[in-house]
Amino acid sequence: MHLILFFVFAGFCVAGAVNLLLQSHPINSALALIVVMTSLAVLYLLLGAEFLAAAQIIVYAGAIMVLFTFVIMLLNAGCEARTLGSRAARAVGFPAVVAILAIIATVILNAQGLGVARLADGLTNAKGQTNLEQLGKVLFTDLLLPFEVTSVLILIAILGAVALASHDGSVEQGTVDREHRAERTGDQ
Amino acid sequence: MNINLAQEVPLTWYLLLSAVLFSLGVVGFLIKRNLITVFMSIELMLNGVNLSFVTFAQQWHAVKGQIFVFFVMMVAAAEAAVGLAIIIAVFRARATLAVDRIDRMKL
Repeated sequence: MHLILFFVFAGFCVAGAVNLLLQSHPINSALALIVVMTSLAVLYLLLGAEFLAAAQIIVYAGAIMVLFTFVIMLLNAGCEARTLGSRAARAVGFPAVVAILAIIATVILNAQGLGVARLADGLTNAKGQTNLEQLGKVLFTDLLLPFEVTSVLILIAILGAVALASHDGSVEQGTVDREHRAERTGDQ
Repeated sequence: MNINLAQEVPLTWYLLLSAVLFSLGVVGFLIKRNLITVFMSIELMLNGVNLSFVTFAQQWHAVKGQIFVFFVMMVAAAEAAVGLAIIIAVFRARATLAVDRIDRMKL
């Protein structure tokens, strides 16, 4: 059962990732990425991380990908054009990537003492606590400060996103400044 | 190692899957010519690394690995928000999303 689930969703993952690369339209790539993220959530469940599976669906497949699709539709992004740069990247990039993958795979395959994943594992620990209970306990005691700092980070990210994307943002401010400077140098 | 494959999957396979996902993300980063798709490839790499974090958390029965993934997700959300805002700003200034044509930092 575990094996079948692993193969099905690992297959979805790889197929989605390859589909992301092959599609030329960004919206199709975004949909392929949603498939990858959702099947990763199932793999997290198989590894006994229920909270992360839920967070993966809500944060990644939900929030982040909705943001991506909104931007794609907002900018009306069309098909990408094949250029000289992409051919050069292919010629140099593919051997490099194959080398990276080979190195990582060799290290993984040579690693000793890697265990197995069982369906019943990881849901509870020796004391009978669920995964969510353990996570919450560590997150709100040992790692309380980093957890609160992330909320500040998110707040700053919101402010930055609004400042960057707003119409009165730095981009148009920059053009106005430049025109202003051009006028002044013209006067002199 | 004697593994009953009906109920158990070796963690090596999960790690190999995460390596493959990461490599596919690198390939996408290199060959895609659209700014948004390049950004999506970065998200794919982040997901591959997250899978290996969860796998190692399972290997050592340590919940800290899962917490690391939680923090990666939070940072990825912030990164996506800021990155997409930058993409909108770039599009407004250049009217293109092709990375080959966005070759100068100056406006």
